[in-house]
Amino acid sequence: MTTPSIKQGKVTGIISNLVMAVSDEPVAQNEICYIGLGEEQLLGEVIKVIGKDIFIQCFESTRGMKIGNPIRFTNDMLEVTLGPGMLSKIYDGLQNDLKKFDTLFLRRGIRSDALDTESLWHFKPLAEQGQRVHAGDWLGEVIEKAIPHRIMVPFKLSGSYIIEKLVPEGSYHLNDVLAVLTNEAKEKVEVKFWQKWPVKKTLKAYSEKVRPFAMLETGVRIIDSLIPIAEGGTGFIPGPFGTGKTVLQHAISKQAAADVIIFAACGERANEIVDVFTEFPELDDPHTGGKLMERTIIIANTSNMPVAAREASVYTAMTIAEYYRNMGLKVLILADSTSRWAQALREMSNRLEELPGPDAFPMDLTAVIANFYARAGYVYLNNGKTGSITFLGTVSPSGGNLKEPVTEATKKSARCFYALSQKRADQKRYPAVDPTESYSKYLEYPEMQNYLHEHISPRWTEMVIRAKDILLRGREVYDQINILGDDGVPLNYHVQFWKAEVIDFVILQQDAFDSIDAMTPIERQRFMLEHVLQICQMEFDFKGFEEVATFFKRIINNLKQLNYSRYESEEFNKILEDQKLIINEKRIA
Amino acid sequence: MKYQAFQPIFHKITRINKATCELRCNMASYDELAIINGRLAQVVKIVGDHVTLQVFSGTDGIPTDAEVIFTGKPPVLKVSTDLAGRFLNAYGKPIDNGPEVQGESLIPTGIAGIDLNNTLVTGQKIPFFADPEQPYNQVMADVALRAKADRIILGGIGLQHDDYLFYKNIFENAGAIDRIVSFINTTEDPSIERLLIPDMALTAAEYFAVDRNEKVLVLLTDLTLYCDALSIVSNNMDQISSKDNMPASLYSDLARLYEKAVQFPSGGSITIIAVTTLSGGDITHAIPDNTGYITEGQLFLRRDSEIGKTIVDPFRSLSRLKQLVIGKKTREDHPQVMNTAVRLYSDSANARTKLENGFDLNDYDKRCLSYAKEYSEKLLAIDVNVGIDDMLNTSWELFARYFKKEELTIRQDLVDKYWKN
Ligand SMILES: Nc1ncnc2c1ncn2[C@@H]1O[C@H](COP(=O)(O)OP(=O)(O)OP(=O)(O)O)[C@@H](O)[C@H]1O
Ligand SMILES: [Mg+2]
Repeated sequence: MTTPSIKQGKVTGIISNLVMAVSDEPVAQNEICYIGLGEEQLLGEVIKVIGKDIFIQCFESTRGMKIGNPIRFTNDMLEVTLGPGMLSKIYDGLQNDLKKFDTLFLRRGIRSDALDTESLWHFKPLAEQGQRVHAGDWLGEVIEKAIPHRIMVPFKLSGSYIIEKLVPEGSYHLNDVLAVLTNEAKEKVEVKFWQKWPVKKTLKAYSEKVRPFAMLETGVRIIDSLIPIAEGGTGFIPGPFGTGKTVLQHAISKQAAADVIIFAACGERANEIVDVFTEFPELDDPHTGGKLMERTIIIANTSNMPVAAREASVYTAMTIAEYYRNMGLKVLILADSTSRWAQALREMSNRLEELPGPDAFPMDLTAVIANFYARAGYVYLNNGKTGSITFLGTVSPSGGNLKEPVTEATKKSARCFYALSQKRADQKRYPAVDPTESYSKYLEYPEMQNYLHEHISPRWTEMVIRAKDILLRGREVYDQINILGDDGVPLNYHVQFWKAEVIDFVILQQDAFDSIDAMTPIERQRFMLEHVLQICQMEFDFKGFEEVATFFKRIINNLKQLNYSRYESEEFNKILEDQKLIINEKRIA
Repeated sequence: MKYQAFQPIFHKITRINKATCELRCNMASYDELAIINGRLAQVVKIVGDHVTLQVFSGTDGIPTDAEVIFTGKPPVLKVSTDLAGRFLNAYGKPIDNGPEVQGESLIPTGIAGIDLNNTLVTGQKIPFFADPEQPYNQVMADVALRAKADRIILGGIGLQHDDYLFYKNIFENAGAIDRIVSFINTTEDPSIERLLIPDMALTAAEYFAVDRNEKVLVLLTDLTLYCDALSIVSNNMDQISSKDNMPASLYSDLARLYEKAVQFPSGGSITIIAVTTLSGGDITHAIPDNTGYITEGQLFLRRDSEIGKTIVDPFRSLSRLKQLVIGKKTREDHPQVMNTAVRLYSDSANARTKLENGFDLNDYDKRCLSYAKEYSEKLLAIDVNVGIDDMLNTSWELFARYFKKEELTIRQDLVDKYWKN
């Protein structure tokens, strides 16, 4: 085989970030190319070919581009570099390390290395010379922050290989050769700390994907206690602007029981992601005691960055997640907002003059979203170890209407649905997750129920269902009271309404900005749900509906104080004592 | 204007629409400016040797043999700044080991509906969502003057001439005119020209904020008219429009402007306060909807007929950046007092519904209604002009007047400290 010659082409047309070109050489769909504009080399991706005409989406501003500008095709698809040193990095959608740019304004056409080329890593072999290996098998490990980072057989290899050479334990540079592998055809492959993978291709190299069965603790009460997400599960958070999607995701990222958290800021505000990387280096990881930033990777393609790279950013996040998953780790991806990604697809599809689907989104939107969500999951690796990717995306429905295409398409793929309600946000009932509209399919999985019974309480699902029923009943009687008036309904309706309010105020509502209330480990959640349900089961003696309201407001205030105090502290116990006194005033023994 | 000799001149226009025209030429570069019969235009599409120009002042009267001169330059002078800059300069914060980094500071306006409930900070971008008859220009002018900005940049997009004079007078009377730079396109000017105003205003803002470390406040009114101009151009280019006839790229187009709001580590900042007029209060329309997803909150004005004043509506109004300062740069009870006051106000809305449905009100309902009226008058009305501590004190006074301690669900230590007997 001859070495591939440099494939050239030239620009024939420009409409915003869509570049039309011709080339005499063969080009592939999704092939990456560079468009030359004087000194600058702009990155682009082939997205359509008709005869000699090539359509390229340019990831950078096309300002100043002209007919005839030269194009160089690379033979590669859009790839990320995978290796140690990604944790706590802030990348753009194309995996440029943003910290390496030191200018105030990011210039077009400049790139930076994803990994630190000079870095030195202490390598410990996990395999032996002569061993037979396959793509994804662990050859050794380094400690990256607090995480065992496995160096794996390149995922691009197919078939089996023998380890011909493996370096002994010691410190090596990022670009040193750690192992040499050979296959039957006597082809030799050198393995380094890093390898590459095309982002749009699902990275597998595991033995099987199973149904999620374990809960992923998030520390957010309304999620864990009522609408839990599974480890390896998928969920989405649709909500009109300002209802709390970002705050909710940030809250989850601070406490979630995951080894690695990947934030994909996709077309959202730059300021918000700046908050994350100024705050996280200061905050402790509640699970390891290290700093939160040490387990976090940020992929920032904020709304002021070029639109085409927005699409790439979610895939970059997912590919990095798959890489860490294959080390046997629990990975959580938070994407804010997947609607911006869908809009990027729409802009491009419009420019390509494709036949539009509903609201001018591309016809295959549902399939694109489904394929993406399908990359999450709980897997058994080839060595029997497990790893998982949990995916939680926000959706920004236009006009707040949940019937719009992105929400509908996502609903078909994601198994947890956390609908944020404008009304609850207006009433400052945060997080504004609507407890009756939202659902978690995982709660119906028998394997998940077993897990909850074993790990939280043998009666957990029963309790969750009871809490939901009380909330639903509360909503129903509230409507009745509004139709019939306070006097027009039995006294018991008022009691039912206020019992639902207790659950609402104490379990559902959680102040993300109060240092204690914001964090509720599952043990404390178990205590609170049991405790509140006990109160809901009690019988009380009331003379009239005004008395009902007064009584329950005191209970709510008392329980709120409980939420603001440290679990099982002196203060906490004192509040519980006070509570008994209030309850005994009205309780029927 | 004098034309340089090497700039090529073309004559044959092949197609003319309302806002764009097409000609054959094979050396135009994307986004560059051109001059067509003396009018400013910009390259918006190149396919082979067909070049489409967007003509800012409209194409009426452009003949097929018009003279076209390509300038070879894009419209914004600082080419680098319109790219992905905002992230990085915001990013400058944690990596900058240089001199003391300056964070966001609170912008006091004296209006409790803003300072108490929706505190603004430097570097923020926030619009007023208002119906055309509401006094948003007046509130904006108040905010601008009280904000103590080093520089105020007014971008008038389809501004009524009378409103332009209003701004001019109010700034002149306040002795602030030397701090003000205006870019004005009035209703009498061509509508496509409106597309240039925000860019110019923000480029100027960048100059003052970056090169001179000034606190710059940019007022843009009315961005709905900017979006209308965008839709005219995109429809003329036969693009498939999405919701409400707006271009599919509306979100990115607006984000590109709003994302210029920033707090620089060196102390300079760009704060954007804009107006998006609504039609019939409809915020699900594509313009306010996309805006809401981009900006760091929004302010709603509403007429409270009971007190006969305009108030800042506490429900839909929101400032997302308030978290950075409330309870930290303001008094510790600020976050909880603010939320409780609004929650109690929302209870009064329930009571009002009951009243309208003809039901008897209970004692709590009655207390809520009286509270709401006083809250509206003393705190939400736009003519309030006091300091934040006073706003907090007033809130506690109202709490004590109408409620019991346990109805507040405020953290006990704060109640113990601030409850007014
Ligand atoms: N759990 C919470 N506790 C207290 N306040 C909250 C909570 N959740 C949301 N908020 C308030 O709501 C505001 C808006 O929240 P957020 O920015 O998360 O909305 P969003 O849904 O992401 O909006 P957009 O779609 O426009 O990005 C926050 O700035 C905060 O004031
Ligand atoms: Mg958000």
